[in-house]
Amino acid sequence: MDEYVLIMRHENATGQVSPEQMQAWMQQTMDWLGGIAAQGKLLETGNGLSFDDARVVGHGGVVTNGPFGEIKETIGGYVIVKADSVEEAVEFAKGSPVLQGPGNTLEVRKVAKHDFK
Amino acid sequence: MNTEKLIPHLFRTESRKISSVLNKHFGINHMEIAEDIVSDTFLSALETWPYKGIPENPKAWLYAVAKNKIKNYILKTSNFENNIAHQIFQISEISTEIDLSERNITDSQLQMLFAICHPSISQESQIALALKILCGFGIDEIASAFLTNKETINKRLFRAKEKLKSEKIKIEFPSENKVEERIDTVLLTLYLLFNEGYYSENQDTVIRKDLCFESIRLLELLIENYAHKIPKIHALYALMCFHSSRFDARKDQNNQTVLYQNQDENLWDKALIEKGIFHLHLASKGETASKYHIEASIAYWMTIKQDSKEKWEQVLKLYNLLLFQQYSPIAALNRTFALSKVYGNEIAIAEAEKLKLESNPFYFSLLAELYLTIDLLKAKQNLEKALSLSNSNHEKEILHKKIAALSFQK
Repeated sequence: MDEYVLIMRHENATGQVSPEQMQAWMQQTMDWLGGIAAQGKLLETGNGLSFDDARVVGHGGVVTNGPFGEIKETIGGYVIVKADSVEEAVEFAKGSPVLQGPGNTLEVRKVAKHDFK
Repeated sequence: MNTEKLIPHLFRTESRKISSVLNKHFGINHMEIAEDIVSDTFLSALETWPYKGIPENPKAWLYAVAKNKIKNYILKTSNFENNIAHQIFQISEISTEIDLSERNITDSQLQMLFAICHPSISQESQIALALKILCGFGIDEIASAFLTNKETINKRLFRAKEKLKSEKIKIEFPSENKVEERIDTVLLTLYLLFNEGYYSENQDTVIRKDLCFESIRLLELLIENYAHKIPKIHALYALMCFHSSRFDARKDQNNQTVLYQNQDENLWDKALIEKGIFHLHLASKGETASKYHIEASIAYWMTIKQDSKEKWEQVLKLYNLLLFQQYSPIAALNRTFALSKVYGNEIAIAEAEKLKLESNPFYFSLLAELYLTIDLLKAKQNLEKALSLSNSNHEKEILHKKIAALSFQK
């Protein structure tokens, strides 16, 4: 069994949502993750990544505000699951409420364990 | 109360107090001394009381006799084996005075609870030891509670006592920095002890109820001393109160199980529910939510019989949280049931099928429940699968009834 990180990407994210939207979103996210956890396959509920106070540090130590300027997509959060195959991890990803937003995507990446010795 | 009833009653309530104090006094290496003195003391009562009448203060009589027996025991040992006595106790002098004050009884019981629930002792042995030493259960009763025979329990207790000795476990309060960790083990043992009583296969309601109330009693010892610092103790207490409130409603006059949805709410113990709510409030003072917090909150919602959108949304959320902390098949199944109440059976069936718990009878019972409003044939097939997997007579009986009810409907 391998570990996969599901990375949520939002298109044109502003981070501005109403409290009602936020609550509905939280419930949907919890139910999605609960379904994975009920299969014993949720490793980490992960974290959302705030859209505030974002900085990009570039080559030569150049700091820019947020990743919002030039790229359209913003990473909104991640979770870590266990899966027998990438296909199974993809099935988990398909249930994410993030995908209700047109243009949003989930990136599924297998964790390559570092082998520091 | 006559002698015939009084002595067994006192045995249950007093023997555990005396033996905890004696165990504390002599140390874990000499648990058999405490056991012998306690049985000797009660033997004296059995021999004397029927002829001379019940003493005015039976408890004080027992304590006085126990104290004398200890004094005699220590003097005898030191007279005949002078140095050996000191060697075996590994202390220069053992006091012949036993402190049977209320404070020392409570402290000794608490310290004994920590000693028994030591992380190095297996869970199964912890429970058996707790029943024997802290609850004053006889071997027969423990065997009956576990639906096994006396030999098995005797062996289990013997091994557990050997382990206590070989690990040199001291009967003392855990040090400040270890308290939380040690309390976690104690709480888990009490939680399992309670479940043993609440979900047991045993048809003897008295024993099952005893197990539940004993775990509550032991938990009360912890509450008094530690709950202000460790709120999850309150949470576990609340959980036990909520569950216990339905004890009498769960069986009908013929000792047949009454399922939750068919229970008469009027039989639910309102005082226990109130007590549970009180402790759940106290539990919420901490920063973190333990699994006991989550389970107690679910149990709270189940004390409200009326279905509502809010109830099931909350229960679903709580089961999600519980699963985030730790996966368990039973939590996964219950979550799916809650999901069906919020989103409907079709969605829940699709989610249930992903659980792949094909060796678990409750998995098929759940599927049957979800198919009831959709496809009666499938409901029945799932009940039959559950029946073929079930090891519990009690559960089989319920499944047979459900299958019969379905066949009647068709």
